[in-house]
This record gives sequence, C-alpha cells and structure tokens, in this order.
Amino acid sequence: MKSLRDAMSNGRHVEQSRPWPRCVVDHTSWLRAVREISKGHGDMLSLWSDGADVHMAILDHESLQIGIITIECPDGCYPSGAHMHPPALRFERAIRDIYGLEAEGSSDRRRWLDHGRWGVRRPGAGPRPCAAAGDPYDFLAAENAPLHQIPVGPVHAGVIEPGHFRFSANGEIVVRLEERLGYVHKGVERLMVAAPLERAARLAGRVSGDSTVAYALAFAHTVEAALAIDVPRRAILLRALMAELERIANHVGDIGAICNDASFSLMHTHCGILRERVLRTARTCFGHRLMMDRIVPGGVAADLTPEGERTLRALLSEAGKLIPLFMRLYGDTTSLQDRTVGAGFLRPELATQYGCGGFIGRASGRSFDARRAPGYAPYAEFSFPIGAGSEGDVDARVWVRFDEVRASLVLIEQMLERLPAGPLLTENAPASGETLEGAALVEGFRGDIFAWVRIGATGAVERCHLRDPSWLQWPLLEAAIEGNIVADFPLLNKSFNCSYSGHDL
Amino acid sequence: MALIVDLAAQGAQMIVVLALAPLLLGFTRSVKARLLRRRGPSILQPYRDLLRLLRKEVVLADNASWLFRTAPYAIFAATWVAAALVPTFATGLMFSWSADLIAITALLGSARFFLALAGMDVGTSFGGIGSSREAMFASLAEPAMIMIVFIVSLIAGSTQLSVVAAHMLSHLELRVSIGLALIGLVIVAIAENGRIPVDNPATHLELTMVHEAMVLEYSGRHLAVIELAAALKLLMYLSLIACIFFPWGLAPYGAGPRDMAFGAVAYAIKLAVGGFFLALFETSTAKMRVFRVPEFLGAALMLGLLGTLLLFVSRSL
Repeated sequence: MKSLRDAMSNGRHVEQSRPWPRCVVDHTSWLRAVREISKGHGDMLSLWSDGADVHMAILDHESLQIGIITIECPDGCYPSGAHMHPPALRFERAIRDIYGLEAEGSSDRRRWLDHGRWGVRRPGAGPRPCAAAGDPYDFLAAENAPLHQIPVGPVHAGVIEPGHFRFSANGEIVVRLEERLGYVHKGVERLMVAAPLERAARLAGRVSGDSTVAYALAFAHTVEAALAIDVPRRAILLRALMAELERIANHVGDIGAICNDASFSLMHTHCGILRERVLRTARTCFGHRLMMDRIVPGGVAADLTPEGERTLRALLSEAGKLIPLFMRLYGDTTSLQDRTVGAGFLRPELATQYGCGGFIGRASGRSFDARRAPGYAPYAEFSFPIGAGSEGDVDARVWVRFDEVRASLVLIEQMLERLPAGPLLTENAPASGETLEGAALVEGFRGDIFAWVRIGATGAVERCHLRDPSWLQWPLLEAAIEGNIVADFPLLNKSFNCSYSGHDL
Repeated sequence: MALIVDLAAQGAQMIVVLALAPLLLGFTRSVKARLLRRRGPSILQPYRDLLRLLRKEVVLADNASWLFRTAPYAIFAATWVAAALVPTFATGLMFSWSADLIAITALLGSARFFLALAGMDVGTSFGGIGSSREAMFASLAEPAMIMIVFIVSLIAGSTQLSVVAAHMLSHLELRVSIGLALIGLVIVAIAENGRIPVDNPATHLELTMVHEAMVLEYSGRHLAVIELAAALKLLMYLSLIACIFFPWGLAPYGAGPRDMAFGAVAYAIKLAVGGFFLALFETSTAKMRVFRVPEFLGAALMLGLLGTLLLFVSRSL
C-alpha cells in the first residue's frame, strides 16, 4: 500500500501546485501508480493533458490524500494504463484526439471525441487541418446469428442531448451496449487558453448547464487555491446555498423525469412544479434561474436580500412538506416500483473500480461525497447524511436522490441560520508574475467535479481542465444495461442521467 | 324510400365515427392534461394536426416498396369499415347485417397485419422492434378477443352486434360471465390501442415504442391516415364496449328521428365517460415492462376462458 504514496511522491515536486502536491514522475512510477489504483488502493480522479505533459489526479485510499502525478511526453507518447485500469481508456483516447499524445500500448486505437468533423486534428496542440468528412467508426462486433444491432441516436425522437448508442440485442435482451459520444464537443479547454479569469469563470459555468453552480464553484476553488485568496464567510455560505439549491432542483426534476420515462406522468407533473418553484426562488434570490455566473473567483456576484431570504424560507417549508408526499407516491405506486426495482443493477465492484461518484456510486455502496472528503468549506461545520444504498438498481438511485434532497433542505436551513453579514468578494490578487496551479474537487449533483487550472504570469489562464463526473459514469451505463431489455434503456439512462455536454467538453 | 333512409342512417354513422374519432382523442388528451394540472391543447387539436399532416409532403425512404405506400390506406379502410359496423347511436343499420363481431375482429387483424408489415418494410431497426412487439401482443390479444366474442354470443345467441345489443337490453341481469367479458374486453382495448400501461402514445422514447415505432418512418398524408385510423380504432373499441355492455339509449331498428337523436346524445355521453375513465386510468399507472404485457393480456384470455366455462357449467346445470 505504501507504494501508491511512493509512486505519487517519488519524483520532482512542482512547487506552484496547490492545494495538492504535483510530482513529475518517470515511466516506471507512472505505471506503478496505475497498478496500485487498479488493485483498489486509490481512485483515479482524472487523467488529462496540458498539451505537453500528461497528468493524473489520484485519491489515495489509505491517507485520503489527493495527489497529482505528471509524466513528461517529449516524444509525444506516454505509457497507457488502460490495460490495467479500464477507466483510463476514454481519457487516453480523448487526450490523443485533442493533444495528439499517444498512449503507448493502448488496446483501443479508435478516436473518441474527434469524429473527423472538426476540420482539424489535435486542436489542442499544433492543429493540423483535415477534411471534415467524418471518420468511420468500428463498433465492437456482435457475432452469432440471433444477435442484431440497434443503432440509436445521435438524433433522438425527443429533444435531448446527442449521443449514439449501439445495442447488440438478442430479441429484446441487450447483450452489449456501446456508446459513442463527442457530438457536443465545444473545445472548452482550448477556449480557456489565455482567457482572463473573468471569462474563464464564465466558460467554466457553461460546461454543463444543469451543473453551472458546481462548475463555477469548482473553477473558483482552483483559482482561489492557486492565488491563495481567502473568500469572505458570507460568500462561502452563499455559494454552498446555491450549490444545494441546484442539487435540489436537479434531483427533483430528474426523479420526475425517471417516472415519466416509465410513463407515470403524475409524478413528473408534481416534480416539475416543485422544480419550477426552486428555479423561481433562485431567480428571486440570486437574479438567475440557474444561478449562472453568480459564483466568481474570490466570492459571489449576487447577494441574498431579506426578501430573497423570505422566499427561500417559504420554499423550504413547502418543499419540506411536499418531498415526503412524493416519496410516498413513488414508493406506493406498485406499477412504478415494478419498473424500477431490480432494473439496471450496477455492481458495487464496478462503481468502486471506476471511482463512480454521486448518487450512482452511492446507490451501489460507494459512499463518497466530495463535501465530506476531501471536504471544503463550509460543509465541515454542518452534519448532514450522505444518501446510501447497496441495491444498485434504478430504485436505489431514486431513493438516494430523495435522501439527498432532504439533506440539502436541512443544509440550506442551517446555512440561513448561520449566514453572517459581510463582504461578498475578495478582490483577486494582481498578477504575481509567476505560474501558479490550483486544483479542486467539488460535489455537483451528479458527483464530484474535478477541476485544475494553471494561471500564467500575466494572470490569465494558461491551461484548464474540468472533468465531469459523467466521464466515470458513462462507461458504467454500458455495464448496467447488460441483460436488461431494450425497452428499459431509457429508464436506466435517465436514472444515470449522465451529462453529454460535460463529457464532450 | 326505406332503402334511402337505411342508406342515410348508415352513411350518417360512417360520417359520425370519422368525425368524432379525433374529437374523442382530443377530449381524452384534454382530460389527461387537466388531471396533470396542465391546461393542455384544445380538444380540436387532433383535427388541426391531421390537417397539418395532410398539407405536408410525404418523405419516403429510398427502399420503401409499394406496400409501404399502400398500407396506410388499407389500414384506414379496414378500421373505418370495422368502426362502421359497430352500432353507435342505432342498431340494425344496413351494413350491420352483413358482418358480425368475428368479421370486425378479422378486419382489425388485417389492419394490424398491414401495419406490422409496413413497419418492417423500410428495414429500420425501430420499425422491426415495433412490429415484433406488436405481433407478440397481438398473438395474445386476438385469442382473448375471440373468447370474449364467444361469451357474448353464447349469452345472446348471436355474434351479430345488433342482436347482442337488443338481447342485452331485454335481458337485464347480472351475470358473472358478462363481468368477466367486460374486464377482458377493456384489457384488450387498452392493449390494442396502445394506451398506458401497454404502450404510451405520447412517448418520445423510441426504444419503448410499439405502435409509434411502426409508424416512425411515415410522414405527410400517410401519417395523417394512420393517425386517423388509430383514432377510429379507439372510438370503435369504446363503441363496442358501450354497445355490448351499456346498450341503453341505442335506437332500435327502424326507429324514427327522435329515437336516433336520443341515441346520438346517449352515444356522446358514453364516449365522454369512456374517454374520461381512460384518461383517469392512464394518469394513475406507470407503463409495464414489455415482458409483463403478455401476462396482462393473458389475464384477458383467461377471463374469456373462465367466462365461457362458467356459461357452459351454468347451462348444463
């Protein structure tokens, strides 16, 4: 076990990295770290590149410390770890698509985000123009006579985000599902390069619209860590308040949507109304329904007025009454339970292996919450339950979400109690003239969002990496659908509700 | 003269079912919207949708065969004839004597046959899924329907709907078999019309569709005709249930205009009640898992069998 920490610290320390250490390691230590992770001694939080080097953020299970290791790629390649630790595979493919850095020894040479329609190859480092004709893509073969393929998407019958799903089915039973994502690639990491902090914060808030608060918070945390900015206490509490409001709005909306996918529109209506109330309250309190751009590096850009506080308290008492009713409606509707119980079972081993965060991981027995550990202000001063389940099916995921909504309601109430008066914003320190790095792990409603930023000498962003929780959840959907019937896929997919936008970046 | 009156009455029935079918659909949707605290579209919306579809151009797949182009009309024709055969406001109409319940079942069966073929014609995976699911459901729904026809005909002594309606009116009594047949027919009607919990007509999830999956490739006037046929089918099943189990108000053969008018009012009320209960039921339940549907339909089949058995037993005693 010692070896993961060894591997993480065995190298050249990079001084500017905050709050977690970053070490430049060699080939052997890199692979050793991956091997230790694959044995379950740690979680791979993210794997990314800044164009020159490849970085890996690791959560060590023993010391509960996070560390970043870096491998330099002077020849444009680094050793692939996907054969030992499969969650690395899609990251490695994405790094190759955007930065052209090859993962040596990778078994999957197919492009991931790059579908050959950008008109340019490796846009992140030394772009090379190419015809935007579209690449062919070899889906994994489905063999033997009774199997047939069902291609679904990227254009769906409903107005949802684009993603392609290739089912290999034996009649109605799904034998294999293969995803193809990348249709909404926006080049956020590239846009971040040389962006002033203000613009970068706005960009971060637009990676995935439903998690805009969490993303803005994650980005703000990285900047504050890098520049060592202290955030005023009122701002810290207001940020957490916004994050919890966002969590409630999304969970409530999704619970309704899951039920709607089982054609139980009554629940959808109830949840839709409550979600709308939450969004309107957010507008009254912070001036924007989704609270976009309300969190900025150094503090918050909107204050909670006494009128906003009254609206918020009214919402809390109403939601506090409604949620138990929703829980009863959900639990007592036999036809609905018949659909959700036992459907889409996600094995706990897989959730642990992938370091799957959020309600998906928690419903499969992985009780990780970034608000608890590594933890960030102000959550340490509040006691709140983390939703947990071990059934791992659609039903368990719904109940975990109900639990989180209730916990968030209590949290908001406690935060209102302790909300002090005071300033909202600490002015960003002037450019320090040196390169600084910051990283953060923030709990969005889907799970932990990892963010990393390198701020240049001019005070503008040099490189930024934002890892959506969906990166580690999408592959698990492929596993959870196996053995289920084709007609249950929408229900399963909704119970995961991974982000396309956040993943495609 | 009598012939002209008969023809006029029959013509009126054909026009009435055609004209009312979208209204019933609109009414059901409207009730459903109200139950879900939405305002919902006007109950005339289905007419507007049909008009819009009729004006649109038809987009055909390159590999669509003649079957794909002709199937909508065949489906529509079969469904319309079936709907015209069920007494709505009056019994003993002209066409009513030319075909009985078994013929109606067969007409609907042929419509489904064409729809399933058309679903597979273009070769998209969704059409194939829809057709295969439809065939699976139909293989249980049709025998159930036939068993229900048996019960009704054993009681009334005829498979002729006009005779059945007259018999039910003159022999008002509580019979277990009739209750079983009613429940069975309601289940069959829900399955045949692709309503919740068997299928969701309002879904956007292509992987869960049955009826919608088969017609996914249709557009323009073809789609309009198929939609109209689907609306007619719903109206037909409600009329069938009303005619067999709630025949009050039906104008008898050779009745005057007053009876006819009374029959029409009664019919409208029956449709409204039926549509309301359909909407109420649909909002209170979730959709079943696909493989649960055969159990649901199997229950209808068993009810039919049980009803028939009970009749035999009670007769012989």
